[in-house]
Amino acid sequence: MADEVVLLDFWPSMFGMRVRIALAEKGIEYEYKEEDLGNKSPLLLQMNPIHKKIPVLIHNGKPVCESLIIVQYIDEVWKDRSPLLPTDPYQRAHARFWADYVDKKVYEVSRKIWTSKGEEKEAGKKEFFEIFKTLEGELGDKPYFGAETFGFVDLSLIPFYSWFYAIETFGEFNMEAECPKIVAWAKRYLQKETVAKTLPDQKKVYEFVGQMRKRFGLE
Amino acid sequence: MAGEVVLLNFWPSLFGLRVRIALAEKGIKYESKEEDLSNKSPLLLEMNPIIKQIPVLIHNGKPVCESLIIVQYIDEVWNDKSPLLPSDPYQRAQARFWADFVDKKVYVASRKVWRPKREEQEEGKKEFLETLKTMEGELGDKPYFGGETFGYVDISLIPFYSWFHAYKVLDNINMEAECPKIIAWAKRCMQKEAVAKTFPDPKKVYEFVAQTRKKYVSA
Repeated sequence: MADEVVLLDFWPSMFGMRVRIALAEKGIEYEYKEEDLGNKSPLLLQMNPIHKKIPVLIHNGKPVCESLIIVQYIDEVWKDRSPLLPTDPYQRAHARFWADYVDKKVYEVSRKIWTSKGEEKEAGKKEFFEIFKTLEGELGDKPYFGAETFGFVDLSLIPFYSWFYAIETFGEFNMEAECPKIVAWAKRYLQKETVAKTLPDQKKVYEFVGQMRKRFGLE
Repeated sequence: MAGEVVLLNFWPSLFGLRVRIALAEKGIKYESKEEDLSNKSPLLLEMNPIIKQIPVLIHNGKPVCESLIIVQYIDEVWNDKSPLLPSDPYQRAQARFWADFVDKKVYVASRKVWRPKREEQEEGKKEFLETLKTMEGELGDKPYFGGETFGYVDISLIPFYSWFHAYKVLDNINMEAECPKIIAWAKRCMQKEAVAKTFPDPKKVYEFVAQTRKKYVSA
């Protein structure tokens, strides 16, 4: 399967990280192209004309967009190793539900915390804790959301770990104190080389978020 | 594969209609339970405690939530006939992308048509029509979004057709003039038994929409 795989991405993007982890899990070699989101490349605009966003996976010249769709595509094409989704349809529907929950809830609420102040920030924090308590409920006593091994839901959520330091610092709370199970889960998952090598350093992300906040006039 | 199938629904719901069409396409017998969304049943709250919304498919006592996830589940379990998603992974990724576009863009824009203020309504209409024109671009000269046969993307979008009469009467949106290809495609879909027999009466939908709108829109 002599393949040409290119990933258009932006290093702090949680959505891009999902794809990087999936590619690493499957041991797929690819060319990484960093996008400047303030000056999107002609290639990005050509490959994702509808949303004009990263990540975009370009497989043998053909684009796949939207991180969870890309991850499922990777799982279906390179199906001979390291399955990312369960084989059972019910388990698969369950995994899709929770990855969709992460998509719909976690990004927005995290963003609220680092882009606002005062009452709005406090409201964001309250919502954030509720969402993460729900996720902790789903995790239960399992080592991973995927049960004995990590899977689709774990992959959809773990990139946010690289943002925890930024979120807790600007949000003025302690992630480990508020959501201990999630932090324990994340640290467990980070023992995997594919994840540890792929996630950016939390301090780098913190600096990046600090710069963004300056631009929004928050610093 | 058979077993007990129950659908928790609300008759005007676009999302519920997707599931009913998928069930009809597959010839699956099921029990339909109508929910009063202002007084949700204990069963709904038990089966979808996280989002507390319809539709919910309960298969042999186990719930599946979120309409597009349910449709994929139905396709994977009842995989002996009328495939709804393509078998090729790339085509499947494209189908998922466009159904996701319907959810994230077409639906969101359709809600804006009923914003409280006049200028916002006009803006909403413009945005809604733009998303439908984008869908027309994707449809191209194909009879269905799925190509030669009715499929996943068609299922995700066709329920909106049940609201077009309401949009025409209440919001003066002339779909035939604005999006003729969508109308032609919708009429083609309506010739399918699975769609025709599940579709609610557009007049009933109009009455429902007119009543609900009173709550949101200042005449």
